[in-house]
Amino acid sequence: MMFGYYLDLALRSLRRNKVLTTLMVLALALGIGACITTLTVLKLLSGDPIPQKSAQLFYPQLDPYPANQPFSRSGKRLPFLMSYVDAMNLIHAHKAERQAAMAMSQVKLMPPSGEGKPFYAQGVLATADFFPMFDAPFQYGSGWTAADDDSRAQVVVIAGYLNDKLFGGANSVGKMIRIEDHDFRIIGVLRAWAPQPRFYALHLGGRSYGKGDAVFLPLQGARADGLMPSAMMGYGKSIDVDHLESAEAIWLGLWVQLPNAAAVSTYRSFLGNYAREQVSLGRFRKSHTALSGLMEWMRSEHVVPEDVRLQAGLAFGFLLICVVNTVGLLLAKCLRRSREIGVRRALGASRGAIFAQFMVEAAIVGLAGGVLGLCFAELGLLGIRHQPAQYASLAHLDLSMFLFTFVVALAASLVAGLLPAWRACVVAPAPQLKDA
Amino acid sequence: MHIRPILVALRKHKLATFLIAMEIALACAVLCNAVFIIANRLSAMNIVTGVDEASLGEIVVTGFEPKEASDLNARMIAGLAAIPGVESVHAVSSVPFGPQAGVAGVTLDHKHYGTVIDYYVGDSGTIKALGLELVAGAMPDADDYQAIPDKAWLPPSARVLVTRALADRLWPGESPLGKMFWTGPYQYRVIGVVANFMGAAANGGGRAEWSAFVPALPGGTLAGTYQIRANPQDLERVMTEARKTVATIAPDVVLDHENSQSIPVLRAAHFATDRAMAGMLIGVIAALLGVTALGIVGLASFWVAQRRKQIGIRRAIGATRGDILRYFQTENFLIVTFGIVIGMLLAFVLNAVLMKFYELPHLPLYYLPIGALALWGLGQLAVLGPALRAAAVPPVVATRSV
Repeated sequence: MMFGYYLDLALRSLRRNKVLTTLMVLALALGIGACITTLTVLKLLSGDPIPQKSAQLFYPQLDPYPANQPFSRSGKRLPFLMSYVDAMNLIHAHKAERQAAMAMSQVKLMPPSGEGKPFYAQGVLATADFFPMFDAPFQYGSGWTAADDDSRAQVVVIAGYLNDKLFGGANSVGKMIRIEDHDFRIIGVLRAWAPQPRFYALHLGGRSYGKGDAVFLPLQGARADGLMPSAMMGYGKSIDVDHLESAEAIWLGLWVQLPNAAAVSTYRSFLGNYAREQVSLGRFRKSHTALSGLMEWMRSEHVVPEDVRLQAGLAFGFLLICVVNTVGLLLAKCLRRSREIGVRRALGASRGAIFAQFMVEAAIVGLAGGVLGLCFAELGLLGIRHQPAQYASLAHLDLSMFLFTFVVALAASLVAGLLPAWRACVVAPAPQLKDA
Repeated sequence: MHIRPILVALRKHKLATFLIAMEIALACAVLCNAVFIIANRLSAMNIVTGVDEASLGEIVVTGFEPKEASDLNARMIAGLAAIPGVESVHAVSSVPFGPQAGVAGVTLDHKHYGTVIDYYVGDSGTIKALGLELVAGAMPDADDYQAIPDKAWLPPSARVLVTRALADRLWPGESPLGKMFWTGPYQYRVIGVVANFMGAAANGGGRAEWSAFVPALPGGTLAGTYQIRANPQDLERVMTEARKTVATIAPDVVLDHENSQSIPVLRAAHFATDRAMAGMLIGVIAALLGVTALGIVGLASFWVAQRRKQIGIRRAIGATRGDILRYFQTENFLIVTFGIVIGMLLAFVLNAVLMKFYELPHLPLYYLPIGALALWGLGQLAVLGPALRAAAVPPVVATRSV
């Protein structure tokens, strides 16, 4: 009814001044396009890597540095990684629902047929709870057990894409694969699984984004074959790389699964008790500990590249300028139509009606800006995909961002329309009519 | 030109004037900071490594046992040197912009490890091939090149070269020649100082140029990374052939394709993200200036249309076309100036916010006049069209009733 009439009026008005309308839509679309492009990347990078589980996953930290060492630091930040001794003590205490220690390793793979060149792939050395704790889905077979950990079993779980490459996608469970010149028996093949970002590889030397790790090996078994972690930090005089398990070195990441707040506080006090116990045993100098939730941990470690935040901030600054620009142009349009408003008011239109009419006009500009902004965003993402970044190929517009584009467009145009619409509805009818 | 009548007229359009000024202010703040970030990125890309980058490349292979190292070195050095155009091949620990290697803390008193430096290990001839420039002391002689013991990555003691920057850091105001420093049990005596030399530290981004060159014989852990020198014109061809040759001279090792490149290629790859960021910022600046100009054109056109009658009256009572043109130009200048004043404050606020979250220095003051000039220019360009249209309004308009 009235809305249809406002729509008709708005379209007429927009058509009457094509250049001004085009300018408004174009400016708004540029701002929206820039915002949606950068927000898509930001969302991709700062998203929850494992939404169904992230609230239950925690990263404990200890300060294993003994007294009188040159690298002992009293800074606020605890060491990122854990020594083997501490990781095993915490795992064997079984105080969490699930717990796993892990390290990353660059491993040399030999194609099984003996043909083709050897190649390098990203490997994960982990203890048994890794798969159930991180909900890694299996296509064939399964992960290993804690008993396999203890018996240093020579088994391996491979990623789906590696199975496609080496075995043409067939069930390869039971086959052998040569890793770093040792034979491992395949016991499981994962479906496509690559949390983005790869939270568990943080500080362990892996890549944060991309298609995922290729092979997963039991920590102790792989270490017995001499596989080396990509990241290790010594806090003694030197690292004895042949005996990392007993060396004064941190090289493992530990994750624990705690189902509820009660479990978290129980674990926190267990961790504190453990550290105090180590201090009294003379192993540690300080008893401070930390237990961070997954999302909190990623935030505090600045997983999202700073450039991406900067770009998003810049895009919003740009949108703000575009909105101010639209306010100015809408205002110009509405002031020019003072006489028309005067006539409508004289014929009985209420202030609310005038206000609604101008807001409808702003909304139309917003929707048009949204559609065009979507095109700009697609162009922008095309540009991002050609950028030299690990996450480049993942930058795509999803449904939620598609809908969000229109929310932003409508919100921006309605905010921009408020001031002109208010100016329009306070126009006094009498002088406008007299002047004519 | 009289400014008073313009100000009086603007007072009647407070809201529109304020909007344009705000747009200019925001544009000024973003423009100054974005240009500043670009300038920072570009200057970071101009790292001086002190080596003959245009003549050097590296080949990196992995996946061999330590006991094969000497044999691999012999095969690789002979095989790569046989490629036509290769001037020299040396086993080294790292190259500028290559994978990071040999970063360790050093101490002068076995207590304080305040300085983390890049160790660069190479065989005899490496220094000459790098093209390093000695500024004090002497080069290592043939006896200084010793074998690295098993499992160590550095010789236990050696006579080494350090950079000027490292010498100033460790022994400020003293001659570094003959001085000792330690990393764990390893001890080194300085025999020479080079002007500039950045090893893999060039990868560290902003890390100081603290490097030391340690002479050693190839073998043990000094294997797998080879520095190739060739004529700059031949370098890319030589590198392509070298990558192919590895498969025949050492079929069982894995070639690291990503890092087996000429230094110019490694350098370009290293700064690819900075270049992309600078490109994106330039795009945003262009769009920003475009939108701001569109806003000025839109509002100025509106004002011209609204004031057609007044313009006609002014023309009828003696104002020239030039007077009308200058009126709109002056009006624009005043609004833009107002915007710039607010914009400069905003620019500093934005800079302070950015400095809090990112590694960014203070915005230098000279950015402000440059930003102001750019926006004045933009404003004048944008208003020119509408102002010319205003100047073209004939005096006869004054006689028409509407």
